[in-house]
Amino acid sequence: MIHFVLLISRQGKVRLTKWYSTYSQKERTKVIRELSGVILTRGPKLCNFVEWRGLKVVYKRYASLYFCMCIDPDGNELEILEIIHHYVEVLDRYFGSVIELTSLIICRKAYYILDEILISGELQEPGKRTIVRAVAAQDSLVETVKEQTGSISTIIAQASK
Amino acid sequence: MAPISPGAGLRPSLSRPCSSVFDGCCVCFLHPWPSFEGSTCRSMELGPPGGTLVILRSHGGFEDNKEPLGFEASEDGWFVRCCDSLHVDAQWRFSPPLRALSPCLSVVSKVSAGGPPVMRTENFNVQTVIFDQGALPDLTSRLPETSRSTFWCMVAICLTGLSPEVSTLDEIMNPFSSGTRLRDMIRAIRSCKTAAEERAVVRKECAAIRAAISENDQDYRHRNLAKLMFIHMLGYPTHFGQMECLKLIASSGFPEKRIGYLGLMLLLDERQEVLMLVTNSLKQDLNHSNQYIIGLALCALGNICSAEMARDLAPEVERLLQFRDPNIRKKAALCSIRIIKKVPDLAENFINPAASLLREKHHGVLITGVQLCTDLCKISSEALEYFREKCTEGLVKTLRDMANSPYAPEYDVAGITDPFLHIRLLKLLRILGHGDADASDCMNDILAQVATKIESNKNAGNAILYECVGTIMSIEDNGGLRVLAINILGRFLSNRDNNIRYVALNMLMRAMAVDAQAVQRHRATILECVKDSDASIRKKALDLVYLLVNESNVKPLTKELIEYLEASDQDFKGVLTAKICSLVEKFAPEKIWYIDQMLKVLSEAGNYVKDEVWHALIVVISNASDLHGYSVRALYRAFQTSTEQESLVRVAVWCIGEYGDMLVNNVGMLDIEEPITVTESDAVDAVEVAIKRHTSDLTTKAMALIALLKLSSRFPSCSERIKDIILQNKQSFVLELQQRSIEFNCILQKHQNIRSALVERMPVLDEATFSGRRAGSLPTSVSTSTGTARNLPNGIAKPAAAPVADLLDLSSDDTPAAPSSSGGDFLQDLLGVDLSPASAQPSTSQPPKGGTDVLLDLLSIGTSLPAQSSSSASDILSSIQDNNAPLANLNGLASLSPLAANAAAPASPAPVMDLLDGIGPSPQKNEENGPAYPSLVAYESSSLRMTFNFSKQPGNPQTTLIQATFINLTPNVYNDFLFQAAVPKFLQLHLDPASSNTLPANGSISQSMKLTNSQHGKKSLVMRIRIAYKINDKDVLEEGQVNNFPRGL
Repeated sequence: MIHFVLLISRQGKVRLTKWYSTYSQKERTKVIRELSGVILTRGPKLCNFVEWRGLKVVYKRYASLYFCMCIDPDGNELEILEIIHHYVEVLDRYFGSVIELTSLIICRKAYYILDEILISGELQEPGKRTIVRAVAAQDSLVETVKEQTGSISTIIAQASK
Repeated sequence: MAPISPGAGLRPSLSRPCSSVFDGCCVCFLHPWPSFEGSTCRSMELGPPGGTLVILRSHGGFEDNKEPLGFEASEDGWFVRCCDSLHVDAQWRFSPPLRALSPCLSVVSKVSAGGPPVMRTENFNVQTVIFDQGALPDLTSRLPETSRSTFWCMVAICLTGLSPEVSTLDEIMNPFSSGTRLRDMIRAIRSCKTAAEERAVVRKECAAIRAAISENDQDYRHRNLAKLMFIHMLGYPTHFGQMECLKLIASSGFPEKRIGYLGLMLLLDERQEVLMLVTNSLKQDLNHSNQYIIGLALCALGNICSAEMARDLAPEVERLLQFRDPNIRKKAALCSIRIIKKVPDLAENFINPAASLLREKHHGVLITGVQLCTDLCKISSEALEYFREKCTEGLVKTLRDMANSPYAPEYDVAGITDPFLHIRLLKLLRILGHGDADASDCMNDILAQVATKIESNKNAGNAILYECVGTIMSIEDNGGLRVLAINILGRFLSNRDNNIRYVALNMLMRAMAVDAQAVQRHRATILECVKDSDASIRKKALDLVYLLVNESNVKPLTKELIEYLEASDQDFKGVLTAKICSLVEKFAPEKIWYIDQMLKVLSEAGNYVKDEVWHALIVVISNASDLHGYSVRALYRAFQTSTEQESLVRVAVWCIGEYGDMLVNNVGMLDIEEPITVTESDAVDAVEVAIKRHTSDLTTKAMALIALLKLSSRFPSCSERIKDIILQNKQSFVLELQQRSIEFNCILQKHQNIRSALVERMPVLDEATFSGRRAGSLPTSVSTSTGTARNLPNGIAKPAAAPVADLLDLSSDDTPAAPSSSGGDFLQDLLGVDLSPASAQPSTSQPPKGGTDVLLDLLSIGTSLPAQSSSSASDILSSIQDNNAPLANLNGLASLSPLAANAAAPASPAPVMDLLDGIGPSPQKNEENGPAYPSLVAYESSSLRMTFNFSKQPGNPQTTLIQATFINLTPNVYNDFLFQAAVPKFLQLHLDPASSNTLPANGSISQSMKLTNSQHGKKSLVMRIRIAYKINDKDVLEEGQVNNFPRGL
């Protein structure tokens, strides 16, 4: 099971956090501080696993972003690397390129995509196309709703209420 | 109304709230301007709908950081002004389509005519101004009658000019903007240079959001939430936004729900009570007709649900496992995992639906179904049996189909179809096969196929192989497969990829339990990994080596590790030394080898070993009587070469002090030893080096002083020199050293007759007791030694060995709380190294509890006062402190006794002083213990009796110790018993906790308290009491006053 997912920039700024196990806000801050200290200082050729508080953190760097996932000590580290890559590929497909992703603020979309990949710390869907399709379908649903409420007539109707 | 053609690249930009009458208005700048073709003044026919829009816009590509416009109201109207005067004169033009609007602008400028000519219409394009609806009538009334229609015209045109493509249309239409947009906020936060700046920005944003929340702002709720999520990610408190999530979730639209659930998962965790409020919304959404809304609810439930919610919503989730859309089925499956983890009782409900998921074709559903089954098996043995029985073959078949499946683009990773599913199937098979020969048999073939056929040149393939090896190791024995698995691991171990080597080490650790022999074959490679440059691999390899060590290979492995210790980097030394020490301790075949290895470790990394390690070494040396000479010589040699390793220095100094004579005379020479010539003064030199070394800490120096004291008796020829060295510390600023120095000097000068007995060699330290202490248990056998010793006469005739320790440790007695707080680490006590800071506890604190503390027990030897004498030494010392007598002036401890006597205290005999003085009479009379006071029934009711026993602390007539005993006179048990007391101002009361808070039927409990009477001799004690307790959960309160205290307390 994945306990949490963190995206940290090379400068140590947090870009995305997702907690599947229960951590209080205080613990979360502490976890992030500790881990970014450990992970950002590791050299480029070292292995992608860090043992931490009896758990394991699998991390991988894409451009200037570190994707970190924390798993149980008996989890399959190599598979987690694949899941990270899976996530990155979906992000890539959705946003166009990861490079842009790093310069861009990781917005809600990244969370929505993650929610289509992981639930309760387990993998939900191995098919990238399925994921992108699901997110896009929800996006367009939002657009439709917004269009309806945003149409001029609605505005006027609201305004003249 | 016909929609206007969308403006190309329309992008809203910064907005800024305006002041005074426009408070609450939002000014939005659209950039670039949407196309106005086709809109005419005829739109005016829209009339004034109570509408909300005026558009004004500065021209040109204004940047975010420039503030093109501001709005102000003057007394006679309102006007637009340019905030940035720098740009007023810049080359700004009207864009052609807007020329039509210039009449409106002139209106605007006319309105502002009363004010300063801040606006020249030529310089501005029209901008959007969104007014508070309430402000509009007010605004129109300010316009000249003739201009009003024009004004509304402008409003109308602007309305039609808005493209529905404006993505933040809702933002623009909303008059109650709460500050900046998300993007601007993030930009502002990112541009902060210091943490304080960032905090300020966040504080401001939070304030705005709070305000919006309290105004119950509907339209900006989700933007605010998005901001909150960002703020939350930075680690700031965001609890005030939690209710907003709930409101969004409860609203009907999908966009609101989407962001609401996102916020819920981010801002809340299962422990928050607010979460319970969402249960109902979740239930509704799980039954919603829109499958995406169901999906949102499932996702949220799966990520944060608590046990209560799991119980409430399990039926819904169970039903959704059969939903028509596979996307919902897979989400429901994962959600079920969370539910059964939270409430394992619910597991059985999910067994059947989970089994049916295993027959799915859709990969997402299959993968989540397998996952659910795995977790069910972990939780319920019933499920495990069921799946083993019914599904093993099916799973094997699925895995076989997958392994043989042709290329599937959607699921392909590096040439393998869906490695995720592979891994999950293998994981489930591992659980099914574990401990069941039939099931294991069933999967042998496919495991062999996976292990041989999967290519290992890509990470995905390796991940499957790794999982497969894990499965082979777990299922029931099949020799052939195991060989295959270990071979794969061997291949992994020689891989150049660090990740692969890491997992190989990881798996070999698990394989140790199955086939230790096979792992031993890779010992050399593993040992190499300990020296890897990667900390994770080093640590893993070290853990593995630790498991690999046994009696037969401990010597070569330890040798390797110690050799590596030299080369390892600083961070790793601590872990490495700990492991080596533990190995050496565990597997040492003989003591001499143990001592040798420990010496090597100490000389190499003595600063990294823990205290227990060198304590243990001393215990071992002390126990190996035939190796005393060898140890001290070896330590002496090691000490000569490496003086910078603290713990080495300590052990060396201790041994030289104890066994110095053996060092000089080469006693007990072993065959393997090289002879060494050490003179007496060489030995003293060594200790002197230790004491003068500036890096030595207090403990080391204190130990060195003891060693010197001991050597003074062993080497009479050096006695003068030793005295000099000891005296040098008389001026030490460290109280501990100063005191030791003075005491030891006193022994050397005045007590020659007992010195040799005092400094005898330490008794053999009991290994069992020591290891027991380490494990945290306190031996209680000490009291017996006290018992026998009590019969002995006072003074010198004591068994010599014991007082050595007492004496040496005397120094730490000025903080009486210290020995008791140190929890009885008796070794430390014996070594005299229990150096708590002098300021640790005021000496008036309660005396240490006798019996648990070896030191104080030992001190009480020879006195016939059982109870109180154990604290006598400390009391006297504390009375010195109370009198503020500078210790340095006391000229040695021997002079303490008159002072103590002067203190008007009924001093109980102080064995320490007896010892030191040698001639000290033992003023052991009963009266000296203070006059006895009769005990007193302080309070009595039909249900309870309270008696007081009094005693005085020697040396402190003002203070009375009262032992209160509460006796239950009824056959009921009193729970939550609480005794409270109040005293007048001239008294000070200190209550210790009661011996129990439950007063058993007809039983009693006691509680001690200390009363200090500042008017001692003038006023007598008085006390008001209150006793509260519960009988059968019913509160009872008793109150009373105690006036009958004996006089003179």
